[in-house]
Amino acid sequence: MRRILTILVEDRPGVLTRVSGLFSRRGYNIQNIAVGRTIEPGISRMTVSVEADPLTVEQVVKQLNKLVNVLKVSDLTEEASIGRELMLVKIKADPVKRSDIQQMVSTFRGKIIDVSPDSMIVEVTGDDEKLQAFTLMMQEFGIKEIVSTGQISLLRGSKTMRDVKA
Amino acid sequence: MKMTGAEMVLAAFEEEGVEVVFGFPGGAVLTLYDEIFKKGLRHILTRHEQGAAHAADGYARATGKPGVVIATSGPGATNLVTGIATAYMDSVPLVAITGQVARPNIGTDAFQEADITGISLPITKHNFLVKDIGELPRMMKEAFHIANTGRKGPVLIDLPKDLQVEQGDFVYPSKVEIPGYKPTYAGHPGQISKAAQAIRRASRPLLYTGGGVVSSGAQAELLTLSQQARIPITTTLTGLGSVPHDYELFLGMPGMHGTYAANHALNECDLLVAVGTRFDDRVTGKLDTFVPRAKIIHIDIDPAEISKNVVVDIPIVGDVRLTLEQILKRLANAETDGTEEWCQMVREWKAAHPFRYCQDSAECLKPQFVIEEIYRVTRDKGPILTTDVGQHQMWAAHYFRVNRPRKFISSGGLGTMGFGFPAALGAQVAHPDELVVCIAGDGSFQMNSQELATAVHYRLPVKIAVINNAYLGMVRQWQKYFYEGRYAHSSMAGSPDFVRLAEAYGAAGLRVASADAVTPTIERALEMDGPVLIDFQVDPEENVLPMVAPNTSIVEMIGGE
Ligand SMILES: Cc1ncc(C[n+]2csc(CCOP(=O)(O)OP(=O)(O)O)c2C)c(N)n1
Ligand SMILES: [Mg+2]
Repeated sequence: MRRILTILVEDRPGVLTRVSGLFSRRGYNIQNIAVGRTIEPGISRMTVSVEADPLTVEQVVKQLNKLVNVLKVSDLTEEASIGRELMLVKIKADPVKRSDIQQMVSTFRGKIIDVSPDSMIVEVTGDDEKLQAFTLMMQEFGIKEIVSTGQISLLRGSKTMRDVKA
Repeated sequence: MKMTGAEMVLAAFEEEGVEVVFGFPGGAVLTLYDEIFKKGLRHILTRHEQGAAHAADGYARATGKPGVVIATSGPGATNLVTGIATAYMDSVPLVAITGQVARPNIGTDAFQEADITGISLPITKHNFLVKDIGELPRMMKEAFHIANTGRKGPVLIDLPKDLQVEQGDFVYPSKVEIPGYKPTYAGHPGQISKAAQAIRRASRPLLYTGGGVVSSGAQAELLTLSQQARIPITTTLTGLGSVPHDYELFLGMPGMHGTYAANHALNECDLLVAVGTRFDDRVTGKLDTFVPRAKIIHIDIDPAEISKNVVVDIPIVGDVRLTLEQILKRLANAETDGTEEWCQMVREWKAAHPFRYCQDSAECLKPQFVIEEIYRVTRDKGPILTTDVGQHQMWAAHYFRVNRPRKFISSGGLGTMGFGFPAALGAQVAHPDELVVCIAGDGSFQMNSQELATAVHYRLPVKIAVINNAYLGMVRQWQKYFYEGRYAHSSMAGSPDFVRLAEAYGAAGLRVASADAVTPTIERALEMDGPVLIDFQVDPEENVLPMVAPNTSIVEMIGGE
């Protein structure tokens, strides 16, 4: 099952290696990982999606907590949370297909951010499911390249990750 | 106060009470060594960095204080890797200081550059690459703190060459404040009550304890618990010595080469009290056959050990000693249901199934006999014993009856051949007036025999018993049982004459090939000053029995009748 972990870390050299190294070393599979700053200086936040059963996740969380630079780990999977991922897709777009593409993009509330004679770049955000659906639709036109950020998540309401028990 | 980086390291050593360091110099630590020279800090020069790391480890295991090891950048640092990993697997406090190339050269494949913080990431509790002189005092403080608190372990500090000469302000922090590092010492009171209640109710309880008892110094509490609640104890390799060997309810070691009594007690118990131990596969055998009838209490300072291999019923995260103390308080003057019938049963197992061997001819020397004799002759001196890895290690665990913690020093988790001798040197440095004996394998000893020079150089009177079976005996044993006797590359033909090897270094060498020479030769070695190696030429084909095949139930013991 796919679990979403958020991790607060001290912003020290090598901290990303420590976290990702731990996952690979102990045989846990990271599906994606996103890292960015927080409002507290010196503290970064990672969102990691990992495919694992509950017992394994419990072990992952405990091992993460043992890393000296890790401040807090929360499993958001069971919480009411919002997850978003940003994806840029470069699509083959010969002039006759353009309007079809445009229509599809607007259905997914995406944005066309670059256009050239035979291709365009679309920006979409959403959760994993939506992006997969969008990718599927675009395959019809021909995808040249995809890049995505990995999911980031926040809890709904006023609760923050610090309120979630590890 | 203004100081150079190198001076800061020495000042931090002083603050931390470091009395001796083990190491090997080179280009990237010349300034540090110069400072060691100037300050007159005691330094033991080994002949290989691996030897230095194991010696620092042996020092730490023998004292409970962190061992300190120093090496230069590149090959010096990579030579430490096995030693650091050995300490990591057995949770031994170690501080490793490595030189690094100058900061501007980092990342350029400079001469003798190796990314040792990257390399040692998975085998250290934490590590630091010092980039700013202002961080050095704090990092030194944190390194010692992290190494020696919580679940102990090795910490590495990588110190660029140019930083060692740079000046900075030295104020040694009086406190550490590491937001992401807060070990839990006090066990949860609710869980402790539950544990006490479970102990009170059990009729066939068993204590299964490990190295955590030694590192938290909980031997007294453990024994009291066993005596008061009448609970038999089995102790893993790294826990040996934390329970007196002659204690009536001590069952010896469990697992692959465990005792009949310990393995059967595990199989029959209705409550397992696991203390400072980690359910290693060498102990549990096939996991789903392990303690089939028991509820499990697990006390450990590392939350990640709880339910890692075996899901437990009553987890308690905390210091072993403090937790046992609390459990004892809750048990005081409470009715414990009788466990006497159970105790009687395990005592009978113990009496009926001791380890056995047969020293029947004077010519064919049995390794077990050698170790038993070493034990018998030295027992009054209460020696510190170190071992290498292999058959001789298991026989040492079986026949050398240790009664006190920190007296049995062996690489358990990593199983590092070549550990025993340098570890013995470290233990001897820590305890110059005690008898230190190393039970070595002929294969293992050759992995660090260069340290004979260190022993001679510093007049460390370690007594080395090479259990010379002319084989990588444990490998040969597995080949015999599981590979139809095809002895693929496990013969040690070509080994040196160990007596002359010792003599070449200026140490004494003795040889024993027959049973009647064993005792007098041991006695003679004990009377000699300085390091002595005895080459015991033993039966090459002796096997360690009983044995549990890997990934089978621990009561299916080969040769366990
Ligand atoms: C560094 C290292 N390499 C390989 C092994 C695998 N191994 C385990 S026991 C053993 C044989 C050890 O031989 P020896 O030291 O002569 O001891 P014996 O088993 O003969 O008593 C080997 C090769 C190991 N444990 N450590
Ligand atoms: Mg051998």
